[in-house]
Amino acid sequence: MRRLLTGNESAAMAVKLSRAQVIAAYPITPQTAIAEKLAEDVAKGELEARYMKVESETAAMAACIGASMSGARAFTATSSQGLALMHELLHWASGARLPIVLVNVNRSMAAPWSLGVDQNDSLSQRDTGWVQLYCETGQEVLDSILIAFKLAEGMLLPVMVAMEGFFLSHYFEPVDVPSPKEVDRFLPRRKAKYRLDPKKPSTFGGGVSSGVLYSLRQRMQADMEGVKRFYNRLCHQFEQLFHRRYSAVEAIQTEGSELTLVTSGTLTGTVKAFLKESRKGPKVGLVKVRMFRPFPTAEIRESLKGLKRIAILDRNLSPGSGGIFAQEIKASLLGVEKAPRVLSVVGGLGGVDITPGHIHRLASLLIDQMGKTPDTIWMEP
Amino acid sequence: MVAPGHFACPGCGESIAFRHVLHALGRNTVVVTTAGCGSVVDGYYPTTASRVPFFHCSFGTAATTAAGVKAGLEMQGDRRTHVLAWAGDGGTFDIGFQSLSGAAERNEDILYVCYDNEAYMNTGVQRSSATPKGAWTTTTPKGALEDRPKKNLIAILAAHEIPYIATATVAYLEDLEEKVKRAKKIAGFRFIHILSPCPPGWIFPPEKTIRLARLAVTSRIFPLFEVENGKEYSLSPMDEKVSVREYIQGQGRFRNFTEEEMAMLQRNVDQAWDNLAAKAKPKKRKP
Repeated sequence: MRRLLTGNESAAMAVKLSRAQVIAAYPITPQTAIAEKLAEDVAKGELEARYMKVESETAAMAACIGASMSGARAFTATSSQGLALMHELLHWASGARLPIVLVNVNRSMAAPWSLGVDQNDSLSQRDTGWVQLYCETGQEVLDSILIAFKLAEGMLLPVMVAMEGFFLSHYFEPVDVPSPKEVDRFLPRRKAKYRLDPKKPSTFGGGVSSGVLYSLRQRMQADMEGVKRFYNRLCHQFEQLFHRRYSAVEAIQTEGSELTLVTSGTLTGTVKAFLKESRKGPKVGLVKVRMFRPFPTAEIRESLKGLKRIAILDRNLSPGSGGIFAQEIKASLLGVEKAPRVLSVVGGLGGVDITPGHIHRLASLLIDQMGKTPDTIWMEP
Repeated sequence: MVAPGHFACPGCGESIAFRHVLHALGRNTVVVTTAGCGSVVDGYYPTTASRVPFFHCSFGTAATTAAGVKAGLEMQGDRRTHVLAWAGDGGTFDIGFQSLSGAAERNEDILYVCYDNEAYMNTGVQRSSATPKGAWTTTTPKGALEDRPKKNLIAILAAHEIPYIATATVAYLEDLEEKVKRAKKIAGFRFIHILSPCPPGWIFPPEKTIRLARLAVTSRIFPLFEVENGKEYSLSPMDEKVSVREYIQGQGRFRNFTEEEMAMLQRNVDQAWDNLAAKAKPKKRKP
């Protein structure tokens, strides 16, 4: 059924359709509407789950860890400072190999306080062992959450689904909402192989030797590699059932382009709008990166093959380095023969708007001044 | 319920308490523990001393993690399994305090037991907010001994109006098990505070653990009592009263206790005891 939903409503809808059993969340703008909607669904009996009104984001993740360890399907949503507060437990969740799904509604980190959006909150968590998926539309938010639970439970790794605050969380879009029956077919109930079961007592998470820890980290890395293959398989399965296609990296338009822009999240939509408007002038291409962890190196190489120049647009900043997607993409192109020339553009921090007009001016500037630009190019605010 | 060969020091109060708490709770139990002696004592992979499911959680989140386990089990149709949060004084009075208060306030259906050895013993005797006034620790060394009274956690938890609170020690094991069995039958948040003497931390010979735990009770420094719904106090049966000196003098951590401090402690303990006795209804010892 097609419905008009905000990004937050799409997320809550997906969690309900996923039949999450324990939901623990703490209020933070711009995520709060997800938690509110799920609390309401549970109160109305529309979702058979326990909604835990915890005292902090640390507690939200701790509760999810406990619930997931017991074998239940657990979910939380947060933003910005809340995600940062969870940091210790993000490591705990992945180290304990718990298939928790978290929606992070991107918001700038304080200080100073800002309600605006950038991706620094979730990208700061890149080394915690969580799979990270970035969404462009409300539809993608809904679909990514359904895929995320299946991905998490299949690989025993937690998954973070990121969407930008306000631009995506609060805007209404038409969204195809699948029926519960259809979703049940794609995503059956969780069957936990390892869990806290008095009939089969086991100890989890206690002290290990250096060698054991080492081998567990090796296994985690191997399984992260496995996530890429499994994700592709799930996307294929998803397409068969729901007729919507997803992939870790999407080459939207690259053929014959003088300059290809590489984006994540809602910036993709902005560039698409620009491409639609500008039929004349030098040809500009577009590649969208959906998966950030594990980093889809092979898919990036494949999508950028044969391109002359690419400019990576980052709505995030690693101070002292530059755009974070740019760092990773540059690294993935190292050693590739005839790799494209890479430019790194940072913009939109704190929710500064980026319009198709901005993209137009940026593309013209980059094509005119190719080779004369600094390492990190700042988009005009 | 606890296998031999665990990692506890000789004379460890925690390991005795754990064994008896699990004995009273039975097989249908899941344990969640934080960083602390209890976490180390259980053993090193691939060994474990626990014969019930045992989960090591982060230092500050015993209560919430346990509540999450309970919620998860319930949502899978298991309403019978008891969930025990097992944490030391650091994990309860300090870093886990917010988690404890949150779970207590929401009346999460778990049993929380704090094994209190009055400092961070696992990391080598650093002061916690459960360390008593006048005690030596490595972070309250001679010249800067602990100068604040022990945090009154029971009063704080009573203010949360939770269904059941009790104090216990390893010197009165029948009393301890009885309290666990009582707690087992009650729904909602239950808290048992167990004083667990620590030979290396308190500086006393390992064979004196039970004797010191008994003196803590008989000196009324650590009286045994229960609080129901935050309001109804009842004293547990206790032996004849002795002076606080009896308890203090056997421990190296109080080596620098002055006569003045001893007199002040006695006055404070007497006062606290009078306050407690005034609130409590006496409980008859079982025949």
